[in-house]
Order: sequence, then C-alpha cells, then structure tokens
Amino acid sequence: MSTRGFTGRRPPETTRVRLPPGQSLTEDFPVLQIGPNPRIDLDTWRFTLRAGSRPLKSWSWAEFGALPRTRWSGDIHCVTQWSKFDTAWEGVSVDDLLADAGVDAPTAFALAEGYDDYTTNVPFADLTDGRAMVATHYDGAPITSDHGGPARLLVPHLYFWKSAKWLKGLRFTQKDEGGFWEMRGYHMYGDPWREQRFTGD
Amino acid sequence: MIEGPRLPWLDATIVGITPITHRVKSFRLAVTFDRPAVAGQHVEIRLTAPDGYRAQRSYSIASAPSRDGTIELMVEGLPKGEVSGFFDGVAEVGDTLELRGPIGGAFVWRPEDGGPLLLVGGGSGVVPLLAMLRHRAAAAPHIPALLIYSVRAADEVLVQDELVRRAETEPGFDLMLNLTGDGGRRIDAALIGEALERLGAPRHTFICGANPFVGAASDLLVEAGLDPRTIRTERFGG
Ligand SMILES: Cc1cc2nc3c(=O)[nH]c(=O)nc-3n(C[C@H](O)[C@H](O)[C@H](O)COP(=O)(O)OP(=O)(O)OC[C@H]3O[C@@H](n4cnc5c(N)ncnc54)[C@H](O)[C@@H]3O)c2cc1C
Repeated sequence: MSTRGFTGRRPPETTRVRLPPGQSLTEDFPVLQIGPNPRIDLDTWRFTLRAGSRPLKSWSWAEFGALPRTRWSGDIHCVTQWSKFDTAWEGVSVDDLLADAGVDAPTAFALAEGYDDYTTNVPFADLTDGRAMVATHYDGAPITSDHGGPARLLVPHLYFWKSAKWLKGLRFTQKDEGGFWEMRGYHMYGDPWREQRFTGD
Repeated sequence: MIEGPRLPWLDATIVGITPITHRVKSFRLAVTFDRPAVAGQHVEIRLTAPDGYRAQRSYSIASAPSRDGTIELMVEGLPKGEVSGFFDGVAEVGDTLELRGPIGGAFVWRPEDGGPLLLVGGGSGVVPLLAMLRHRAAAAPHIPALLIYSVRAADEVLVQDELVRRAETEPGFDLMLNLTGDGGRRIDAALIGEALERLGAPRHTFICGANPFVGAASDLLVEAGLDPRTIRTERFGG
C-alpha cells in the first residue's frame, strides 16, 4: 500500500543498487554512541585479545603500530538508516592480530569491548579472512575521538553498531553472547542486506 | 534470551496536526504497539511511493508512555528533506503511514531509575526529553529534574508554554532556556555549573540534539565531574 501524496526523492540507479533496504545515502559522517567520548591516553592504551577472561596477548600503542597494515575501502551502513559510500580505512586485520598472538580459532564467537564499556558480539568467522580490522586511520588521518579513535573495530559487512568504537579488546566466547545493543532489542547478527535491525528481523 | 517477537510494521493514522513553531509540527498518530513504550524511545516511519519505492526515518516519541492508543511526534521540516518534507507539506489528518516501534533501550528513563534527572536538549533534540518530563510529571513528580534547552532563537522553542507552566507549577522541575543566536551564547562550563548547583548531582543525564551540540555538551558534563557512565546521548544527525 502506498502513502498518499508521497513520491519520494529517488537516488540514481547507481546509488540504489548499493543501498541495502531501508537505507539512505548521506555525505556527512553521522556519529552514534550511547554516551560521552572516553578519554584515552596513548601512553596507557592497550589492546588485548582474551579467551573468556584469560588474556591471550596484549599490545601497547607502539607495539600495535609495528604490526602489518591493512587497507579497506567501501560502503558502511548504520542501523539508523544512513549509509556512507567509499569510506577508506586503515589498520590491522584481525587475521594479523591472531597471527601475531599465535592463536588460531579460539572459539566461534567474539565480543568486542570498548573503553566506554560498550560491547557488541560478532561471530569469529565474520572477523577473519580479511573481513574485519582494528582501524586506526580514516581517510588517511588518525581516527578522531568522535569516530572511535584511536582504534575502533571495522566489520563493514554488518550494521555499523558492530564496529565498536574506542576498542580495547576482543574477547572470544564459547556461546554467542549479546552485547550492549543486542541485549536491548537489536539483532544478534545485523546483516544490512537482510535488514536485520531488530530481534526477529 | 534474545529470541523475541519480530518488531512489526503497523498502520498509524494521523489524527491531529498542530504547528508548534514555523518549522516544527506536532503529529498525533493513532497506533497500538504490541509492547509497552518507555520515555525516550523512537519509532521508524516508512513511506511508500506508488511504484513501491520507500523511504524510512527515525522520529522520537514526544508523548509520555500511555495506553490511549496514540503517540505524538514532532517533526522539523527540513528544506529539501525527503521524509520531513512530506510531514511538513503533504501529510494531513486521516492519512495512514507505516510505523514500527517503540525502539531504543539506552536513551530511556523509567520512574524506577530515579533521579535527580539532568536533561540537555538542543533544538528538536528536546523531543525525547519532553517524553521523559511528561512521564515524570505523571508518574514520579517527586523526582527532581532540570532541563537545559538550547535553541538559536526564541521562536524556535518547542512547546514553550508547556515548559514554562511545568517549571512554574511542578515542584522539583527546573528549566534553563538558553538562546545561542544574536547576543546569546553556546552552553559553556558556567552554565553547566549553574545547572548542577540548582539540581544537585544528577543520577542520570540525557543529552539529545545534533552532533556538535551533543559532543560539546557531553564533554562539558564530563569535565564538570559527572561519571560518564551516567550520561546517555542520542544524535539526530547533522
Ligand atoms: C533516533 C533518532 C530520532 C530522531 N528524532 C527526530 C525527531 O523527533 N524530530 C525530527 O524532526 N527529527 C528526528 N530525527 C531526524 C530524522 O530521522 C531525519 O533524519 C530528519 O527528519 C531528516 O530526514 P529527511 O528525510 O527530511 O531529510 P533527508 O532527505 O534525509 O536529507 C536531510 C539531510 O540530512 C542528512 N541526514 C538524513 N538523515 C540523517 C541521519 N539520521 N543522520 C545524519 N544525517 C542525516 C542527509 O544526508 C541530508 O544531508 C531523529 C533521528 C534519529 C536517528
């Protein structure tokens, strides 16, 4: 059923094919977060991989900076209905982190943890094989605090709430444990192309 | 745990439209949610063109949670806005739209969460805060609350009469209206300091508005010593 009097402002076909259902293109870079930006000092910053509560490996900012670099460009999709095209990121792939830590596949699931105590769950398979990185640069410059710097997760094939800002670590879990939004009615997986915004979508 | 019923698209009929400023209109929609709402939540609106093309946007609920089968939204008409332009120029009483909700589990306040409650709104970002104030007045009037409401000009204040009346008649509710335009100032440390002195240490703080406003306000509040974990933010965009 159509809405009386609504014609809409259709984006060009080239844009439409790149927009998942229910999304619109934005040129801005909207900011989404649940609270204030945490204050993060690079001198004390650490990034830690854990299996459950057991630390597997931890890097200081300098050690992290010495890891192999990865770049990715493409489109990102936020659950609040905007998408941004051709974003360019650089950081360290989760594959390279695991290799440096000397671990294979600890468990089938992970929780990303932020310095703001935010958490979000991502299956292990969605973090590896080049599908995710811990990004430190956006568009050639260090990621600003508003966008999750100094380091944020980037899992661009899922809704952007999965790309946790101000990342302090990844915790591998036995079960698929919901994170902050997943416990509040948002989808456990969050595939934009299947419009998995909310529980049951 | 997280398995739950799908959030369905519902038909909502516009039963009332009231202009509240030159850019913002209030819309009352008849809709029955299949789950209870909490103050601070929003809905998704979906408009469909005759050829099936759709546009989808989020709007905060301005009304307090109620069982009367209606909600109020306040939409600011943006000059070329695809959806807000429809609300501003096309929508009429009797029209039916698709909507789903209520959505959002972080930017929410329930009476049992307690107070004091510090609300900081910029422009149309006051909308979800209004739902909290309305709910507080009806369900928990003993909880102290203070609203810092920042707008460019006096004629952009949403529901000024209601806010002023509440501040005058509701013990425990305090209003600080701040104009940023002509001769006014942006919210700053002094203003935040005054608010904290008037309210006392807030147990919960909610900040809503455009990006730069929310960023600036949350930094000021953290600098003023508030525990970041007690501060929740929502951004409408921009
Ligand atoms: C949780 C939430 C609650 C909201 N509550 C309200 C409300 O109560 N009242 C209200 O008037 N508006 C509210 N908004 C904003 C609203 O969803 C729309 O973004 C706004 O009405 C503009 O839509 P449009 O179709 O008219 O404009 P568009 O045609 O989309 O264009 C307007 C401009 O804004 C940009 N834009 C659009 N949407 C967003 C976005 N979400 N973030 C960043 N930039 C964007 C576009 O790129 C474009 O430059 C809310 C947004 C969110 C996320």
